[in-house]
Amino acid sequence: MNSPKEAIKEAIVMFNLLRIAIRNLIRYKRRTLLTASLITIGVVFVLVFMAISGSFKNMMVSQITDSFLGHIQIHKKGYVSSIDTLPLTMNMETQAIKKVKKAISNVPEIEAYSMRIKFGGMFSNFVETTNVRLNGVYPKEEIKTVPLFPERIIKGKKNIVKGEILVPELLAKGMKVKIDDIIVVIATNKDGSVNGKQFKVGGILESATGPGGRDGYIHIDDALEVLRMNEIQISEIALRINDFANLDVAYNKLRNILSKELNEESKPIFEVHTWEKLSPFYNIARMIDAMTFSIRLMLIAIVLISIMNVMIMAVYERIREIGTIAAIGTLPGKILTMFVLEGFSLGILGALIGNVIGVSVVYILNISNITFDFGRQTGLVLSPTVNFTDILVISTTVIIVSILASLQPAFKASRMEPIKALRHV
Amino acid sequence: MSLIVAENLSKQYISGEITIDALKGLSFEIEPASFISFVGPSGSGKTTLLNLIGCLDVPTAGTLMVSGMDVSQLGRKSAANFRGKNIGFIFQDFNLLPVLTVYENIEYPLLVVQNTPLKERRKRVLSLLDSVGMLEQKDKYPDQISGGQKQRVAIARALVTNPKLVLADEPTANLDHKTAYMVINIMKKMKDESGTSFIFSTHDQKVVGEAEIIYTLEDGELTERSDKGGDRHV
Repeated sequence: MNSPKEAIKEAIVMFNLLRIAIRNLIRYKRRTLLTASLITIGVVFVLVFMAISGSFKNMMVSQITDSFLGHIQIHKKGYVSSIDTLPLTMNMETQAIKKVKKAISNVPEIEAYSMRIKFGGMFSNFVETTNVRLNGVYPKEEIKTVPLFPERIIKGKKNIVKGEILVPELLAKGMKVKIDDIIVVIATNKDGSVNGKQFKVGGILESATGPGGRDGYIHIDDALEVLRMNEIQISEIALRINDFANLDVAYNKLRNILSKELNEESKPIFEVHTWEKLSPFYNIARMIDAMTFSIRLMLIAIVLISIMNVMIMAVYERIREIGTIAAIGTLPGKILTMFVLEGFSLGILGALIGNVIGVSVVYILNISNITFDFGRQTGLVLSPTVNFTDILVISTTVIIVSILASLQPAFKASRMEPIKALRHV
Repeated sequence: MSLIVAENLSKQYISGEITIDALKGLSFEIEPASFISFVGPSGSGKTTLLNLIGCLDVPTAGTLMVSGMDVSQLGRKSAANFRGKNIGFIFQDFNLLPVLTVYENIEYPLLVVQNTPLKERRKRVLSLLDSVGMLEQKDKYPDQISGGQKQRVAIARALVTNPKLVLADEPTANLDHKTAYMVINIMKKMKDESGTSFIFSTHDQKVVGEAEIIYTLEDGELTERSDKGGDRHV
């Protein structure tokens, strides 16, 4: 191992090699500027794209999770695979609900939860009858868990009141029902007996993409009455996490706790899913991630090709200089370092300017209040953000790729025979 | 002890099917603190010989001892280390690094090759700048000084590491007569001051006369050695 004195000496040599590298970059100003500009454009493009796509993705995820889905859902094992039929036989009963509540209380990242009875029935306006999917919920808990839910109520009261129903928009249009109209919901309970109940239309609910996005809502007590349940039975429990970044932490904790709850056959009683497993939008989110990755690959290609090109030219143009420094005793390793530092400096320059411009563009986009529509939601404000991690990842990528791109030309320079290099014209 | 001992030194180049004998069994000795010139027509083997002595190339046959070290089989890294410690170079085209100032060009071998401390570096560079008369030009870049000045800087750079030997291949070829004399005189003066041996090759008959010993090369063979005193050995 080097002594501190030797380490300082080496550091001084490195600093001086860096100084020579920078001077060589300044020597070919136009070429350096062109290459740095290319890297800068790449960095700006990636940063802005990541900021915009990230903003779009976050907004979409938040629209889906905060308006009806929740961040995590808990069901009885097997429920999700049969969710299209909304089987009442797979509801959680009192004991199971207690276990889930206990598990939830052990996960501090969970901010709120909402218990739902989901069932299918017939919807009649006394003239026509059609199918309807309904959620029986506790209004307060539901709004705490999915705080954007009231925004989906486009007509009527922004709440769920006993004896009233929130009718999905398309159903209301098709069945020609209005606020305060009386309708009947008929459902079959798990024992096979049919029951009906009259409801007043309390509100019209905007449709949303994903499972449950076109369901109607009633109070959970009304659901119990329609289904003639003596004891509460729950189809799903939707959860809200205090910080979306804690999603995986909360999910893993919850899954660990609930996976220990086994039935008589020693199989898990519950299943836990994050929004990703429940919403088809997750595939779109993944596509956005894949596109971002592709753009990053393009940046890598830009940096790799431009730096390699400029370094190959630098080595070719300075063959006699390489011969001179080799002749006077510069070790091959130091020649290699000198050229690698040149590529490294170019990478730093491009990354630095690119980050400054990229962050400025994102700031300008933010203050420009650009709006866009998503589905039926209009006027969503684009709020792109760049976080420090993104900047760090992009800068590190650019710098590492710059070093890698310089290695081949630098290696060539270091392996040059001084005698041949000195003869080069 | 001799500074350089060459025995049956040969160098062959193979170009396609043709073998060129650049040096044919040369044997000679050079003492420390000498001022020696190798003369001869183009293609006589002067540059090849200087390259071998300077550890820039290896002989095909024979042995070559420089400063007590057999340099005929040195590897790339060992040769670079040896050059950095023992040999200074002066080139026909000066070969100063264009991105460094006069001061920095002279400082380069101390800084990058020998890791010399700052104080010592500054002392040696300034002293040599003074000796070659370039102190006032120390902050200029190579493209801001004349050819003669560049060669003076190159001499200072070659001497800054206190080498035992300085090799100069046609150091005056790109200079006018007056400047060439001046450069040769500086080299002589530096040899006297530092005790470093100077070996240079040249075409210029007037400059040749300044050498203490002149070796004549023809077709890769040493044909004559003449001393300043007038002794001639064929």
